[in-house]
Order: sequence, then C-alpha cells, then structure tokens
Amino acid sequence: METQTITKTKNTTKVTERISGSEAIVRCLIEEGVDIIYGYPGGAIMPVYDELYKYQDKIHHVLTRHEQGATHAAQGYARISGKVGVAIATSGPGATNLITGIADAQIDSTPMVCITGQVASHLLGSDAFQETDIVGISTPITKWNCQVTKAEDIPSVLAKAFYIAKSGRPGPVLVDITKDAQFSELDFSYEKCTKVRSYNPVPKTDIATVEEAAKLINAAKKPFIVWGQGVILGKAENQLKAVVEKAGIPAAWTILGASAIPTSHPLNVGMVGMHGNYAPNILTNQCDVLIAIGMRFDDRVTGSLNTYAKQAKIIHFEIDPAEVDKNVKTDVAVLGDAKASLEMLLPLLNENSHTEWHQKFKDLYEIEYEKVIKHDLYPTKEGLTMGEVLKEINIQSKGNAAIVSDVGQHQMIACRYAEFNESKSNITSGGLGTMGFGLPAAIGAKMAAPDREVVSISGDGGYQMTIQELGTIFQQKAAVKIVVLNNDFLGMVRQWQQLFFDKRYASTEMVNPNFVAIAEGYYIKGKKVTKREELAPAVAEMMASKEAYFLEVCVEKEDNVFPMIPSGASVSDIRLE
Amino acid sequence: MNTEKQLYTVSIYTENNIGLLNRISAIFQRRHINIESLNTSPSEIEGVSRFTIVVYMDEVGMKKIIGQIDKQVEVIKAFFHTEEETIYQVSGLFKIKSELLFEERQIQNIIKESNARIVTVNKVFFVLEKSGKREELKELYEKLAVFGIMQYTRSGRIAVTKDEMKISKMLQAFNNN
Repeated sequence: METQTITKTKNTTKVTERISGSEAIVRCLIEEGVDIIYGYPGGAIMPVYDELYKYQDKIHHVLTRHEQGATHAAQGYARISGKVGVAIATSGPGATNLITGIADAQIDSTPMVCITGQVASHLLGSDAFQETDIVGISTPITKWNCQVTKAEDIPSVLAKAFYIAKSGRPGPVLVDITKDAQFSELDFSYEKCTKVRSYNPVPKTDIATVEEAAKLINAAKKPFIVWGQGVILGKAENQLKAVVEKAGIPAAWTILGASAIPTSHPLNVGMVGMHGNYAPNILTNQCDVLIAIGMRFDDRVTGSLNTYAKQAKIIHFEIDPAEVDKNVKTDVAVLGDAKASLEMLLPLLNENSHTEWHQKFKDLYEIEYEKVIKHDLYPTKEGLTMGEVLKEINIQSKGNAAIVSDVGQHQMIACRYAEFNESKSNITSGGLGTMGFGLPAAIGAKMAAPDREVVSISGDGGYQMTIQELGTIFQQKAAVKIVVLNNDFLGMVRQWQQLFFDKRYASTEMVNPNFVAIAEGYYIKGKKVTKREELAPAVAEMMASKEAYFLEVCVEKEDNVFPMIPSGASVSDIRLE
Repeated sequence: MNTEKQLYTVSIYTENNIGLLNRISAIFQRRHINIESLNTSPSEIEGVSRFTIVVYMDEVGMKKIIGQIDKQVEVIKAFFHTEEETIYQVSGLFKIKSELLFEERQIQNIIKESNARIVTVNKVFFVLEKSGKREELKELYEKLAVFGIMQYTRSGRIAVTKDEMKISKMLQAFNNN
C-alpha cells in the first residue's frame, strides 16, 4: 500500500511516503501532537473519517451532537490546556454550524484549527450539493483561513495553520479541503512551520518603553493594574504576581483574565467591568497610573470611554499592536510578549506597599459586601440565590475546580464569586457572549484535564441551546458536573427589561421542561434542588460523583446582578442596587 | 489627533493569495467605510503584491484600520498617506465615434490641450487615454461629453510615496532571522 521515496537534497535526506490526502490530514494532526478532536462526519469529509477509523488508537475523535458543540468543546480543550483545539466538519451545513464557535474563538483569542471538507474542486462555484463558500464566510472571523484543492499542499497548509493558531495572539484558523484533494495521493513528509514571512507574531519589546513604564510606576502614588487573558495566554502568571507583589499594586482582572492570580491573593482586588467589583471600577477613575496588561479595553470593561481613567497615565502591555490606542489612548505602550516584558520590568521597579491606596479598595469592598455580596452569599430571604450555589461549590471544591460558565446572569455571578487557586480555571465566552457555550466547552475542558474537577454552570436559557451535548457526555463518559441555575427566565435580558424597559418582559419568560428527566434520559444522574437545606448535600453528592452529574437549582426568579455599570455610563457610576 | 475627514491613500504590501482582497475589504466594511478606489498590482518586489486603496475618513479611524490590516497574516506591511505625501495618478479611457474626429474640429484641440493619447482608431470609433489627477479626467470628460461618449471608464488610483517604504529590508530581515 505504501511506497517510500527518499529524496536527497543538498543537506537533508527527506523521507516521503505515498499516501492519500485524507491520511495525510490525520498524520499531520498526529505530528502536531493532537490526541483529541471534536467533530461530526458527513459526505465531503468521509475520506478523513475513514482514516480516523484506522488511526483511532492515536487520535480520539469525539462525536458531538452538533458541529457548534464541536467548536465549543475544542475551545474548552484549548482554554484549559493552552494547546490548540481541533474541530472537524463536513462541507455546507457542517461548516456553517462551526461559525459561532469560530467567531467566539476569534474574539476571545482561542487557538483552534477547524478542518472542513469541501465538494470536489471541479464542482466549486457550481452550487453543488452541500457546497458553501466557507472560506468566504469565515474570513472576517478567522485569524487565517485557506482552501486546499491539491493533496500535496495539505502538509504545508496544516503546518502553517497550527503555527498561526497558537503563535502570537492566538486565534482560530480554518482549512477547507476539497474531496478530490482528500482522495488523491501525495508524497508525504511533515515539517512543522516556524515562520511565515509576512507575519510577525510577537513584536519586539523596546526596552525604552519598559523603562518609561517603570519610571511612571515608580513615581505613582495610586497605581492600578488591570490584567486580561494575555497573561494566561502568555504564561505570565508568575511574572505578573512578582510585579504586583514587589511594587505593591492593587490588581484587578477582566473576565477572561480571571484565575491568573489566585482569588485569595491579598492584592487581587476583583473584577473590572459592567458587573465587576465596586472598588476596582470606582478606583479606575481615581488611580494615577493605570497599567493594562494583556487586555483590550473592551466596552464592557471601560463603560463610557469619555470618562474612563481620564486622570491617569495609561501604560499598555500588549502583544497585538492593533489594540494599542484602539479604544483608550495610551501614554506608554509596551509591545511584546507579556512574560518577557514583565520580566524586563520587574528589576526596574521599586519595592512599595501603597498601604493607604490599598485601604481604599478594602473600604469600598466593605460597602459592596454590605450592599451586595452579603445578600448574594448569605441570603436571609426564602428563595435561593445564584451566589450561594457558587459559594457552596467553592467550599466543596476548595477552589480547585475549573468553572465553565455559559452566558448571562449566572455567568456574572460565577465569575464574581468562584474562587480560583489555579490558572486557566475560568472558561467562559467573554467577547462574543455565546449562549450555549458552557456545556460543550466543559466537555472539552474535562477531556483535556481529566484529573481536574470541571463544573459547568449554565442558566436555563443557554443550557437549552446546546442541551443535545448531554449525548456526547453520556457517550464519552465525560465526568462533567453540570449545574443549571434555573430562574425560568432569560435572566440578564429580563434584568435589563426591568431596569431599562419598564418591566416589559418581552419573550424572556421560559416554560421549562423536566431537566432532571432529560438528564436521566441520557443516563446521567440528576437532582433538583428547590430549598436551601437541600443545596449543600446535593452539591456534595455531585462533587463526590465519579461520573457526570446533573444538578438543577431553582433560584429566585427575579434576582438581579449587581453591581452594574449601565450601558454607556462611566465606570465610576457603577450601581450597587 | 486629526478628526477631520480627508482622502488617504492606503498602500498594502501582501502575499499574492486568493481571498486576501475579501479579508482586507471586510475590515473597511465593518467600520462602514466606503472604498473610493482600489487597485491591485505587482509591486517592485517579485512575488509581492500591492494594494492601493483610497478612502475618505479621519486620521484616528485610519490608524485603527491600518493596525487591523497590518495584523492580517498575509499582509507584509500596510501604510497610509495623505495627498501631499504621495505622487498619484489615475487613468481614463474614452471611446468616441470616429466621425466626430473629422466633423468636430474642436475635438482635436481638446485632445492636444489635454495631453490625451489616441490608443486606437478604426472606422467606427477611436479610443482616447488620459492619465493624470482625478480632476483632470473629470475636466476632459466634461469637454468630450458635449459631443457624446460611447464608453468611459476610469481606473483606481495608483500611487507611490515620497517616503521610502523599506519592504525589501523587512523581507530581508525576515530571511536572516
């Protein structure tokens, strides 16, 4: 079946094998160290599935119940492991079903390679069965994409795809491969890609900018750090911690930056943004130097730009030059890799404690505690709160669980109250806000980190957008702990309707099914909690389970998430009620 | 920074790849920026393409868009320049009835005065070519329109910059890395 060819070039001996394009695709994945992929078969990708069958001892293919689930699972895999997630689908509807996950990975900088089958090259453009221009469709939401019509191009294109997906600021890459390219043969050899001449993934850090930054920080009386996911993607957690501790700077995080520094760290002052903590939002507008690290000043973080940190000098540590001055005008931009630039910064910083300044954060925390946190975590009213569920999960997981949340009120509560000891533990759809992300992402996370406790937390709305992935959990025996915080509402939209649309609850009330019965239909153990005294034992039972477990908690129907910066308002206009 | 709108010439050096035009134009589309003219061609470097795009917008937005274009994997480098910083031309073709060349003596004068060039003549029509600034073409168009134009088309702007672009150095640095 196989023929080996040895080609001698000047310096190297290249060993090639005559194999099919479809086998080459699988072999490329193995060469890239891929061990799990998520996907769904169909006509135009069948040759690849045939090879996956042959190579099943090397690559575990996870059949999701919808291609969107495959992308989110690949994202969950990537987010918890730092490796490239891989999703695979057929042409036409298979490919278009990937789009939401690709857009999500693009805006949240998640390394992902999507492989789609395509109709044979002689049919391209002819409106053939299941033909869609997926390269055209995915162009604005991919870091790079490419269509392959010749088998011999497969190894170099896939090598490039993996390199681009994971290097610099990571992102999704889509490779569309025609069926004839899968069927025809090539002389296969694989060489990893290490550079692309038109692409500079990590800009060189200018030491002068680091010195300038250090000067500003050393002179600051009220310095404030806001870090984002760039710290996690750049594996700069220890460097950030060292900077924070040496210079004694209060540090807050964006939603995707969560868990880079443990929640319990004394200088970790919480989350910024629309539903972030009171102190870091208010004090954004009082600090004298704002040090942004690996974050992009998203509008959910800044509120109104006209009043955002106007009094402060802004330092921006950033790998992507296009992010500098995009939303907030910086005084000093330090381009480059977060880890390397923070390492350069550390020795230039003076030791400091900023005790008085830090006290301000503590004082404002007390206000938030009295007005909000106390009522969320230790409610005295009858109905259950989302916050107390998180508190119980914290207690029983000892802060060691990876929390995979969906989108909405429960997501804000999860990110506000989940305790994290370990980095890469908060997996959520930040930029795109994709309802339905959580459950499939939790599958990917659990499979990438089987030794970790992975808790999926969803609302009753988002859960039903990808509820079919319970089938994947069942088939894969993925021990995901599934929590649904059920308020019989699309809670976040309802909250906005209450606050800004005079309580006109247009299409936000949900008449829900028997969720436990559905879980049980997939042979997943399940329990429903409606009373406070049932909560702790139920969470204990869930945590003790060696298998997947479903827990529905019926929470207060019309609770709101506070604090809240109303859309378009200033961060300092954050509301506590 | 300048928030007044003006014409900018965007020059983008790229790999010669299918789909890149789509990727670049989508960046303008997202921000609802109309492309006034667009030209793609080889550049001074073998294997490297050059896009010349003219847009009417403010400097703040221009810088953001250039950043977003520049970060595309297959873009080698993107620049933007004002009118003063570039030497630019457009080219127009006019197809006109041949009989007018003999019946309307005025036309011959117009051709001479405008430095237009006759590309071809046959019994039915002749084709005039004129390169220059957009306004010069507009002026010629208006003069000829009086007599009747069978077809008219104008190219996108092509431009070179007064400053050096240093693309060769950039590519050389890459090869040495």
